[in-house]
Amino acid sequence: MALDQQQVRDIADLSRLQIDEAQIAEYQKNLSNILDLVDQLSAVDTSAVEPMAHPLDAVQRLRADVVTEENNRDHFQQIAPQTENGYYLVPRVVE
Amino acid sequence: MHNKTIADISRDLAAGEYSSVEITENLLTRIKNTDAHYNSFITVSEEQALAQAKAADARRAAGNADAWTGIPMAHKDIFCTNGVLTTCGSKMLSNFIAPYDATIVENFNNAGAVSLGKLNMDEFAMGSSNESSFYGAVKNPWDGERVPGGSSGGSAAAVAAQLVPGATASDTGGSIRQPAAFCGLTGLKPTYGRVSRWGMIAYASSLDQAGTITRTAEDSAMMLNVMAGFDAKDSTCVDREVPDYTATLNNSIAGLTIGLPKEYFRSDLSADMQQQVRNAIAEYEKMGAKVKEISLPNTHLAIPAYYIIAPAECSANLSRMDGVRFGYRCENPQDINDLYKRSRGEGFGIEVKRRIMVGAYALSAGFYDAYYKKAQQVRRLIRNDFVNAFNEVDIIMGPTTPTPAFKRGEKTADPVDMYLEDIFTIALNLAGLPGMSISCGQVNNLPVGLQLIGNYFDEGRLLNAAHQFQQHTDWHLKTPDLKNQADI
Repeated sequence: MALDQQQVRDIADLSRLQIDEAQIAEYQKNLSNILDLVDQLSAVDTSAVEPMAHPLDAVQRLRADVVTEENNRDHFQQIAPQTENGYYLVPRVVE
Repeated sequence: MHNKTIADISRDLAAGEYSSVEITENLLTRIKNTDAHYNSFITVSEEQALAQAKAADARRAAGNADAWTGIPMAHKDIFCTNGVLTTCGSKMLSNFIAPYDATIVENFNNAGAVSLGKLNMDEFAMGSSNESSFYGAVKNPWDGERVPGGSSGGSAAAVAAQLVPGATASDTGGSIRQPAAFCGLTGLKPTYGRVSRWGMIAYASSLDQAGTITRTAEDSAMMLNVMAGFDAKDSTCVDREVPDYTATLNNSIAGLTIGLPKEYFRSDLSADMQQQVRNAIAEYEKMGAKVKEISLPNTHLAIPAYYIIAPAECSANLSRMDGVRFGYRCENPQDINDLYKRSRGEGFGIEVKRRIMVGAYALSAGFYDAYYKKAQQVRRLIRNDFVNAFNEVDIIMGPTTPTPAFKRGEKTADPVDMYLEDIFTIALNLAGLPGMSISCGQVNNLPVGLQLIGNYFDEGRLLNAAHQFQQHTDWHLKTPDLKNQADI
């Protein structure tokens, strides 16, 4: 399946990825090739097949709703790009 | 000291032949002198390694040593190591000092192992050649113009170059077995859920599994003994007893039934590759194994199914790399969207961006049934092929890769060319089965890998079969000519 250049820009935007305009054509070609590869699946009849989410068909394990983790905020924020008063800073979102 | 196996070192340390500090210093010096050529390490943690080695020697002096006390090794840079740079081969994490240890790292630390550092890899484990690393390509010690395989290329090159006796690695579609095959080594990818994924940076969570690259099956068994086991911190880890994998290595394999999938011996697999694999099978027959042709009819669907499931899962997993809490952030973001888009656009390499985009597309509204659900259905068909096969045979064997190690740049123009490299390895991850690659011959002086596929949780039998092969042949003892390369 071939993508057009606007679809590539839309997918990049959806993925929150800045892509140089000069590279759009290359992405268009490579992503289209990958989609051609995966389109082989459409020929397979899977109408009676249950999708497989876990190789051992395991179900989600549950645990008691109790506190198990300590608060390590200061430790984790040491590697953050920008923090203030225990918060992560980003450019202003609400004017 | 550098050509010793993990088992050798364990015996030597116990016998007092040398201390952990001595072998650690020896290997650190060797890394310093030669790794500029191979580029297998991203980080060498000299200080921590020497501290761990001293502690190990003290533990031994106090009479508290066991099998792993003081043994040097290294971790793929996908595993978080507390206080040590953990990059996953990406600019995105080029400043990420992990604030905690992965469970398997903790396991090795508790066992008394000495970590020499962190090993190079394809960016976020996406690649089959170690060419997508932000830290540069890794050279194959057998031929410096060739790739070591990927994504665990640094793990394989470091062991083949005799910088470490063994390394951790991870395998989502072949990332342990293919580099092990390309570098003449033993690679083990355990059953999905056998080893904790906690602290292993996620690529495709339903496929990722941690494992080992070593010279021998015996060493793989020793490493798996440390790594395997239940971990409440990984919700998909399986709570099941862990046997001593070294205890069954010497079992007889007489009567073992080996299945040979006809789809793995395709007409386009070169005669040379076929011959090496057939020779290995003949060796097994000499040891009393029986051979049976089987069919895995959905083999050709494994790569297409993988390239929906893995990108879809990676697009979700890598959304956490957003320039807010850790990792790379772009300069002077204008607004929040600019911060996300430029941090990710500048921080990720091209292959990672491609896979995120394929995944985002496959999961987008209106396409979910046609892509992700369809791939999960095909995945069950692929698993059913193996379930049926294991009703008839004990173990499945075939080539690990279609060719020996290829040259750098040979498969980078079209990503699909690179994807097809994993044709024999990828189905196991979709099925969640354990697999190994052991060196079984050479073509044009390059190693050829024999792949062994086991039933769920049958790592003991895989390691036993691999060990018996290595007791009867010497392919695993062959090493590249390192002298010429270290001088470069």
